[in-house]
Amino acid sequence: MTANGIPLFDYVLRFADSDLVLAQRLGEWVGKGPVLEEDIALTNVGLDLLGQARLWFGYAVEIEAASGRRGRSEDELAFLRDGSAFRNLLLSEQPNGNYADTTARQFYFDQWHVLALAALSSSSDPRVAAIAAKAAKEAAYHVERSADWVIRLGDGTDESHRKMQASLDELWMYTGEMFAADAIEIGLIENGIAVDVRKLRAPWLVNVRAVLDEATLALPAGLWMQGSDGRGGKQGIHTEHLGHVLGEMQFLQRAYPGQQW
Amino acid sequence: MVTTGTVEAQLAQPSPGVTDAVLLERAWRALSTVMDPEVPVVSIVELGIVRDVRLDGPTLVIEVTPTYSGCPATETIIRDIDDALDARGVSNPRIETTLAPAWSTDRIAPEAKRRLQAFGIAPPHVVRPRVDVAGISPLRRATQVMCPRCGSFRTNLVSQFGSTACKAHYRCENCLEPFDYFKAF
Repeated sequence: MTANGIPLFDYVLRFADSDLVLAQRLGEWVGKGPVLEEDIALTNVGLDLLGQARLWFGYAVEIEAASGRRGRSEDELAFLRDGSAFRNLLLSEQPNGNYADTTARQFYFDQWHVLALAALSSSSDPRVAAIAAKAAKEAAYHVERSADWVIRLGDGTDESHRKMQASLDELWMYTGEMFAADAIEIGLIENGIAVDVRKLRAPWLVNVRAVLDEATLALPAGLWMQGSDGRGGKQGIHTEHLGHVLGEMQFLQRAYPGQQW
Repeated sequence: MVTTGTVEAQLAQPSPGVTDAVLLERAWRALSTVMDPEVPVVSIVELGIVRDVRLDGPTLVIEVTPTYSGCPATETIIRDIDDALDARGVSNPRIETTLAPAWSTDRIAPEAKRRLQAFGIAPPHVVRPRVDVAGISPLRRATQVMCPRCGSFRTNLVSQFGSTACKAHYRCENCLEPFDYFKAF
């Protein structure tokens, strides 16, 4: 079931929403980073993701308008949809937790993001290709940063090692969804528009394993994955955490409709 | 004012009826006075943010490309473009944003890179390959950045993100000063 009957709209929203929700999560760190440099770095990554979300939303707005349906604005899509209409990855909505939790979430996501964006850069849809090529350059810096932190915490003190391993283990079950393609994606893969995420799992594992080896951490072994059965974030079925993210993010537009900067 | 007929004189006159070539020249000159709000020693033309200036009928079209998708300076830059053109008698330009090909630090003019360095920001690509030592992990970065103050390559990355998204935060081990590096992008 697509968000409005248009597969490409739904697909673009998956990227827009993952970027937006993760940017919002990273924004929660503002003023609370463990050191000043990290406070700034986290929010800069969040800013990049928010910028990317706006590019995807801009395209989603045009797709919906061109279809002759009720056209929603970028702000309406971000601030006035309910949780079940969000198409973000479950991983992106998980809480910040401690610094190892935030680092593990970012590490898994960044490693997937660079591969997905690189592949999408040669999408048969020129707009998708242009947005992905732009975002890929930014993600290249994100992936270096989060890998550095996994290594620093993993190969750090006993306590940082233990916490980093626990966070990687805890979030592992949300990684399967990133490599699962449902009917919407498969249709678009056949048109050359979408990236076949099923083919990204192997290179993702190689890169994740290389970093974890360097970090003296173990690759989590769990096999059961949340949402990889076509009933996950990409289909609008979320963990309880998304509602809390939206409650904060959407408050202003809900309470004071139509407000602008 | 006496009209001398030179381009200079025409540029100085915010009057209608100038030729297309003069209008475009006037626009380029106006744009070259717009400094990047976060790096105020280089103009948006030198940074390669202005991709094209052309006429669509009577309307001046300025094509710009964002540096980083989330760059908070983008809206300020667009407002500054409007103001600079308005001050030179060009009103109601249409400002279009283009994504492809994506902006790159390769678009920064060489002279602007020198000015960045003089300003204390290490310009992109002033890096040298790290000495190849067997056993260095491929995960480690392969380049070193030159300190813009003392010219030393004995520098360390503090954070991939500095005072803005486009800059990384470095520290010089030679003169001990911290500095920003405009990341190659």
